[in-house]
Amino acid sequence: MEPYSLSIKKLLEGLKDKLFSQEEVYSSFLQRVNKYNNKLNIFLTVCDEPYKKDKTKSNKVGGIPIGVKDIFVTKGLRTTAGSKVLENYIPEYSATIVERLLESGASVIGKTNLDAWAHGASGENSDFGPTKNPWNTQYVPGGSSSGSAAAVAAQMCPAALATDTGGSIRFPSSFCNIVGIKPTYGRCSRYGVIAMASSLDSPGVMAKTVEDCELVFNLIAGTDEYDGTTVTFEPRPVPRKIRVGIPKEYFSEGINNEVRLQVEEAIRIISSIPNVDVVGEVSLPHTEYAVATYYIIVPSEISSNLARYDGIRYGHDRSFFGDEAKRRIMLGTYALSAGYYDAYYKKAMKVRTLIKQDFEKVFEKVDVLVAPVSPTPPFKLGEKVNDPLAMYMCDVLTGPINLAGIPSLALPAGFTKSGLPVGMQFIGPQMGESILFELGKKYQEVTDWHLKKPMII
Amino acid sequence: MAKQVELTKSDILHIAKLANLTLSEKEVEKYLGQLSDILSYFEKLNEVDTAKIPETSQVTGLINVAREDVIMNDQTIKKGDFYTVKAVFDETQ
Repeated sequence: MEPYSLSIKKLLEGLKDKLFSQEEVYSSFLQRVNKYNNKLNIFLTVCDEPYKKDKTKSNKVGGIPIGVKDIFVTKGLRTTAGSKVLENYIPEYSATIVERLLESGASVIGKTNLDAWAHGASGENSDFGPTKNPWNTQYVPGGSSSGSAAAVAAQMCPAALATDTGGSIRFPSSFCNIVGIKPTYGRCSRYGVIAMASSLDSPGVMAKTVEDCELVFNLIAGTDEYDGTTVTFEPRPVPRKIRVGIPKEYFSEGINNEVRLQVEEAIRIISSIPNVDVVGEVSLPHTEYAVATYYIIVPSEISSNLARYDGIRYGHDRSFFGDEAKRRIMLGTYALSAGYYDAYYKKAMKVRTLIKQDFEKVFEKVDVLVAPVSPTPPFKLGEKVNDPLAMYMCDVLTGPINLAGIPSLALPAGFTKSGLPVGMQFIGPQMGESILFELGKKYQEVTDWHLKKPMII
Repeated sequence: MAKQVELTKSDILHIAKLANLTLSEKEVEKYLGQLSDILSYFEKLNEVDTAKIPETSQVTGLINVAREDVIMNDQTIKKGDFYTVKAVFDETQ
């Protein structure tokens, strides 16, 4: 067995049993990167030598190479955020969660491509060219964590760090047939993550299996003295019997039929798992207002966060911003400008309250919601680039979760007739990650969608 | 059908000025149409009665998160909630 084809759990066992060395593991993945990177445009920076620490606090993931979305700053290693503004930026420090992985013995194999500043659902807004979907290079891998998802799918690394502000972990996980956790807001530190929308940005993990995803998540989660918004609450325990609800708005007429059928089939499988009780339909009545709410709040925060890029202290000046960054800066500037604040930003913050309350009410009755991630299967490169509103609609089933600040686990649910991946998400209450992982592991014990790999080219 | 928002060219130039962005003539035309469409879509929120709904600007409920003060200097004197420290600048300067 080539190391690149193994899960983290199997790699750690193999390293322990000396079936291969750390160097052999790294070079196995590096060869994959070198073989396919030109064709798929996944890594913006490749580490020919492992980027790691000589001495580490633990060896929990010793010798495991990790891909890192190029929005996490890495000391001495170029960090672009996918934008030409930062094409030559070398950070002075590393993000907390990168640091935690390095201190656990992991190495960084490279920095992955993304929609510039994490603005997008397809990867096509990268100023360094789009990433291709390893399942079919005519299709987008989903965004904004396009490179991280494609890297795990193409087996260039067993796991990758990514961020999710409106679906950016779950959407590409769904399009690439991998697993991704968008944690509770504040569960994983944002320190050293180039800011997009600070009240929603959620750093997290992508991996091949739920088990691996949980393993890495447990290494990076937790409070951070450098991020005052990290939460101190107790994680929720896994209940003896997991109650599952089906949010009817997430299966409405706008959802593609193949996606709906695959997720419904997954729900039938879930209902047969011992100690899982599918209680039936529940309602989140404000779902239809989530996209409008999201695209007022997020560009408003973006216009503020991206105001710092003036080319004076670091990076190029504002003429280097790409099309989508400018669009969002303008939208946010307008929403916050004199005379429009109440009509847009204030109104959106109020609707955000209603969306959050929808989830709070539902989680009094169930522990997990099961729903599709994307309203459609993967779409073709170029299909939506000239219609920003159509691209924004991609977030219809993922954005509400970010507005509410709750966790959601994306995982494979099957394939379309033409062989493209379909993903589903397990949505949980605040601090409920363990429940999602537990149900995810049980589901993957009785299904093998997650074991299917793309026949790359 | 929700109300249509029609931005003008001068709106676009005004927003660009506030955001410190320089736009080409072509970009002004493009954003004029696209931003008008997106803002028209936002009108959908007016269907929701929010008269008595509070705003949500953050989701954790945490407030005033601060580190414990650490006294770095032996000569610091604590008086209630305040500290007396040595002057930063020398008075003779």
